Amino acid sequence: MKYDIIISGVGGQGILAIAMVLGKACIGEDLQVRQSEIHGMAQRGGAVHSHFRISDGEICSDVIPLKKADMILAMEPMEALRYIPFLKEGGKVIANVEPVVNIPNYPDLEEVKQQLENAADTFIFDGSTIAAEGGTKKALNMAMLGAASPFLPLSEETLTEAIKTQFQGKKEDLIQKNLDIFAAAREAANV
Amino acid sequence: MQPILYSICDRLKLNERRLFKLLNVNTASFNHKLQGTVRMNKSELFLGDEALAQGALDAGISGAYAYPGTPSTEILEYIQSLPETAENSVHCDWSSNEKTAMEEALGMSYAGKRAIACMKHVGLNVAADAFVNSAITGANGGLIVIVADDPSMHSSQNEQDTRFYAKFAGVPLLEPANQQEAYDMVFAGFELSEKMKLPVIIRLTTRLAHSRGNVIRKDKLQQNEIQYPEDDRQFILLPANARRNYDALIEKQKELTSLSNSSEYNTLNLGAENSEMGIIATGIAINYVAELFGGRDAIPYPYLAVRQYPIPAQQIQEIFSKCDKILFVEEGAPFIEEMACGILPNDLKISGRLDGTLPRTGELNPDAVAKALGIATEGVAQLPEVCKPRPPQLCKACPHIDSYNFINEIIAADANTRVFADIGCYTLGALPPYNAIHTTVDMGASITMAKGAADAGVHPSLAVIGDSTFGHSGITGLLDACYENTKMVVLILDNDTTAMTGTQDSIVANGILDKLVNGCGVNPENVHVLNPLPKNHEENTVTLKKAIDQDGVSVIIARRPCIQIRRSN
Repeated sequence: MKYDIIISGVGGQGILAIAMVLGKACIGEDLQVRQSEIHGMAQRGGAVHSHFRISDGEICSDVIPLKKADMILAMEPMEALRYIPFLKEGGKVIANVEPVVNIPNYPDLEEVKQQLENAADTFIFDGSTIAAEGGTKKALNMAMLGAASPFLPLSEETLTEAIKTQFQGKKEDLIQKNLDIFAAAREAANV
Repeated sequence: MQPILYSICDRLKLNERRLFKLLNVNTASFNHKLQGTVRMNKSELFLGDEALAQGALDAGISGAYAYPGTPSTEILEYIQSLPETAENSVHCDWSSNEKTAMEEALGMSYAGKRAIACMKHVGLNVAADAFVNSAITGANGGLIVIVADDPSMHSSQNEQDTRFYAKFAGVPLLEPANQQEAYDMVFAGFELSEKMKLPVIIRLTTRLAHSRGNVIRKDKLQQNEIQYPEDDRQFILLPANARRNYDALIEKQKELTSLSNSSEYNTLNLGAENSEMGIIATGIAINYVAELFGGRDAIPYPYLAVRQYPIPAQQIQEIFSKCDKILFVEEGAPFIEEMACGILPNDLKISGRLDGTLPRTGELNPDAVAKALGIATEGVAQLPEVCKPRPPQLCKACPHIDSYNFINEIIAADANTRVFADIGCYTLGALPPYNAIHTTVDMGASITMAKGAADAGVHPSLAVIGDSTFGHSGITGLLDACYENTKMVVLILDNDTTAMTGTQDSIVANGILDKLVNGCGVNPENVHVLNPLPKNHEENTVTLKKAIDQDGVSVIIARRPCIQIRRSN
């Protein structure tokens, strides 16, 4: 089994936290992992992404070759489109609907969505609303992970355990909110 | 894995080499298979940086020394984050710069204990004086210099390859291909350092520094006790001693090369039947070759995966003699390739970065390597046109925004204004909407370049530097300016942290900065402390104008904490 994901978004949207949770879940299921991420300068409001590779055998490269990713999981639409060259034929895009407009020339949102639909099996998901309804907009990342989770080769239990470990030491109600948002998004996506 | 391997060999009455031959595997792939079936310990996920840090702690370091710099920052951060660091009294505070870090680590080695100094590639330039001379003194307690190179310059000003430094200084270098090797190589590095009495470099590149992978840990080693060098003259580099030590260093090169030729980290596999082409890959580059064929064992060409230097000359000769042509796949500069090509005519068929088979610059990836091997791939790295670049930018409400806003008032009023900036978040002042700086070169170069320009007659000449960078290497420049009372303005943007690398403590925090500025000899009337806030914009513009008109060097301390530390507090 091999499963390659590109997680993308804008610095500050919690991309690395998703990768950390996935990593913990993989360790929980005794799988091999490679997870390449961007630190430093790019984190300041720039485009940020992480390559996440899961396998039950040897993983060679830390980065995913072009046209080999099984999924793009994006915190905002244009950052999903940016990584389309990495997606394989038949690969899946799961993108949050709400754009982060911090550049003067952000493209027309409808056109971005249309191009995503044309390029791949695309699921535009309203993670922002689910996170807001769950009481913390910052948990957008857990909402998007929830939306992606039915398609991942990882069980709901290990993912839930991994979220608990990831937020260890935080306030109990914050952990619960993140878990609830993850679960609500998973249910909303699993139709 | 070693104990299991030994017990298998024992039962079969074979040595390891014979066993590997029978199984048609090499050490790495055997270990990998064994890990898959016999899980002695459960693996944990580590960033490449963290694997080195954990390796250092497990291999019994007494101290780690560093200045933050992407992609090396997480090494010391990880060590700082573990309770066992304090429990075992392992030194883990930040140093002023890479040179002080290197010297502090060397001092710990002098005392007989194991130490690491960690830095990014350009940090080794700062530490170079101490580093090159540490090859002449040699080590006492194990000493590893961990250097993280940044090919493709994700967060750097150049993409220099640290392997040149290792050769230049004459010290061995280890270059892990994955997180497990990063961990293991700290143990191997200390063993090598203490055996050869030399500092050892571990070189990694951004991709491994910032990628997580599974690591199985080893049993912990004890820290060394204090033990002074046996030879009283070892660390006194008077010319007479230095000449003697240098001869000894040259003499050691033969043994170092011999160790490279037999190293478990230099994997020579001549088993493939197709000997039309051979591959020499260095560091993580072997992973990209393996990726294309579905694993190292499936590479259909003879190959040599180099991870220990000096270069394993004998192994390189062997693969050259077996193959009609050689493809070099090196992560970084064409270091071995250039040596193999030489400058005199020869009939060797060599391809790689020098003949354009691979890109001459930048980090490698599986697609570039596929192209070099003539493997067709469907991928095209073409962005959909509607996708716009999203460069990094200053955070909302960042104090630097306000500083650049009043600096820009001065630039607008006088087009002769030149702004010499430095390395930090404020480098982003180069981008729109600010477009406020004219240079960024290296740590500390703002003050000194502004001085040189002022010497040339430029006025107003402004330097922009952060508090942490000022502590790193701005102070000496300010001393120069004070000594000559150069007419220029130094703006120290004091945000109380090392922000760009993730808000590490600034060594000049807590009121030390003002004393340092005074202590350098700036006229107290020429020192202005202001608060960069939008509501103070006009007042701050007036202050800067006043500083520009003052005689001699003026200093403006624009003080407001980074919003990232305010958030986390």
